[in-house]
Amino acid sequence: MQSKTRKLKKFLKQWQLYLLILPAAVYLLIFNYQPMYGVQIAFRDFSIRDGIWGSEWVGLKYIKQFIEYPNFKLLLGNTLRLGVYTLAVFPCPVIFALMLNEVRNNKLKKSIQMISYMPYFLSTVVVCSLLMIFTDKDAGVINTLIEALGGTRMDFMTEAAWFDDLYVWSAVWKNMGFDAIIYIAALSSVPEELVEAARIDGANRLKIIWHVNIPSILPTIVIMLILASGHILGVGYEKVLLLQNDLNLSASQIISTYVYELGIRGGQFSYSSAIGLFNNVVNVLILWIVNTISKKVSETGLW
Amino acid sequence: MKKINVDKVFGAVNIALLLLIAFIMLYPLYFVIIASFSDPYETVLGNVTFWIKGFTLTCYKQIFKYDEIWIGYRNSIIYTFLGTIFNLVLTIPAAYGLSKKKLMFRKGINTYFLIPMIFSGGLLPTFLQIKKMGLYNEPYTMILLGGVSIYNMIITRTYFTNSIPESLYEAADIDGCSDIKQFIKIALPLAKPIIAVIALYYAVGRWNAYFNAMIYLNNKEYYPLQLVLKNILINSQIKISDLDVTGMDTDELLYITQLQYVAQSMKYGIVFVASVPMLIIYPFVQKYFVKGVMVGSIKG
Repeated sequence: MQSKTRKLKKFLKQWQLYLLILPAAVYLLIFNYQPMYGVQIAFRDFSIRDGIWGSEWVGLKYIKQFIEYPNFKLLLGNTLRLGVYTLAVFPCPVIFALMLNEVRNNKLKKSIQMISYMPYFLSTVVVCSLLMIFTDKDAGVINTLIEALGGTRMDFMTEAAWFDDLYVWSAVWKNMGFDAIIYIAALSSVPEELVEAARIDGANRLKIIWHVNIPSILPTIVIMLILASGHILGVGYEKVLLLQNDLNLSASQIISTYVYELGIRGGQFSYSSAIGLFNNVVNVLILWIVNTISKKVSETGLW
Repeated sequence: MKKINVDKVFGAVNIALLLLIAFIMLYPLYFVIIASFSDPYETVLGNVTFWIKGFTLTCYKQIFKYDEIWIGYRNSIIYTFLGTIFNLVLTIPAAYGLSKKKLMFRKGINTYFLIPMIFSGGLLPTFLQIKKMGLYNEPYTMILLGGVSIYNMIITRTYFTNSIPESLYEAADIDGCSDIKQFIKIALPLAKPIIAVIALYYAVGRWNAYFNAMIYLNNKEYYPLQLVLKNILINSQIKISDLDVTGMDTDELLYITQLQYVAQSMKYGIVFVASVPMLIIYPFVQKYFVKGVMVGSIKG
């Protein structure tokens, strides 16, 4: 009994701390938790007039409708393909960091690094415009180069076959330098003695990278890889929408852009919520599976 | 002997490749800048590669008269400035509170903050919620949305936990200093570096975002720069009627082609004009970004 009152006293004594947390907590309640509660419209025939509670409960009708939708496989396939492709270029910043780490001239190293994260500060709209400008059929530099090398000009943006490459490699261009920061930092803490010892043993630079540098930054790599794999189905609509056009739709229509099209532009609230929910649940599942595997294999995990 | 050679070759190839990467990073923006100062016709012919051809300011003259861009600029500055302040007011006190080990129910509150990072209601439920609250097509919605980034809050919390010695608070406790006073007098002054870092994270994110504006705003007067850019650059909606046509050929066919060239070259200039603020600040702020990544990488 006494300990209870003491606990209460301690709790009350901390009211100022709770006051500091309160604004953010309320914000999340309104802007994050309420929509989570609202996600039940995925299981109802929602109409704005009837509100959430007034709308009829239909259970899994809309989830089923999505799975039976003829283009379901196409959407899922496109989303997965972009996600896996994005994951496949995961080593780019790692390799870049390892390369940069080998530069002995400090000034050169710093300059290259600084240039490398300039694109990160450009907006998605600007990056996509640059992509369009460079791949333009008539005036684009890439096409000028292709023609100079004896090829024929082509319209990359309207070609479904090119969509994945454009999407993924423009992201590498934008993010590689910035993503490399964490590995560069990790590499700077590799003990000098270790490198020195390997050198005395007669290892060349490539061997040192392979046997000393990479193992040293492996925990960082694993954590980043888990985080990245959680996004396999989380391919963002913001960039895809900008690169999408009627002609490349067979490759560029993904689950989240379909949700946008049906929900925001088409007003099919319940159906698109169900699709969004499906996507979200699969995502969380993938993250959970990857994390569990990683914990078993390497004893590193997010939680 | 042979070993040294391998290392030397490796070093040379490595630097050559890195220089190539640096070139690829820089060239697109460089090209856009020289193209914007070049004769539109030369650019279309593909004659502009490494230097300006037929210097002209036509493109910038047109851009300066294009009101939408400047309205967008003004809106973006307001949204970014006020929005970032709103972000900081929400994020920093909460991060401080959560960094305190003595906080009761700390674990539960932490979980409450972490759940939105993994799970969200999704696009539509959020959209309906915003609409229901009467926030549709209101300029201040652009400030309210994206109020708390959990990731930024965790970084700040980690900084508070790891970089401010507990003994400072203990001394203040003995002096009878309240929690809020400790936060303002002790923690905030010491947290300046992390405040700079997350202010920049938030500001860059806000300046570069277009999606929320696209779905929540209807009135063009409220459009931020990125949405204006999207309409001009991605959807090619330059209003020919807005262009300054003095001095152009009166022959109808030539006139139309000229307009098209001007519209095309305007795009180069617009990309540059839109990126200037970030290009100016980034060399100065990049070290803070690096710092943020480092703090964020330590599990707190």
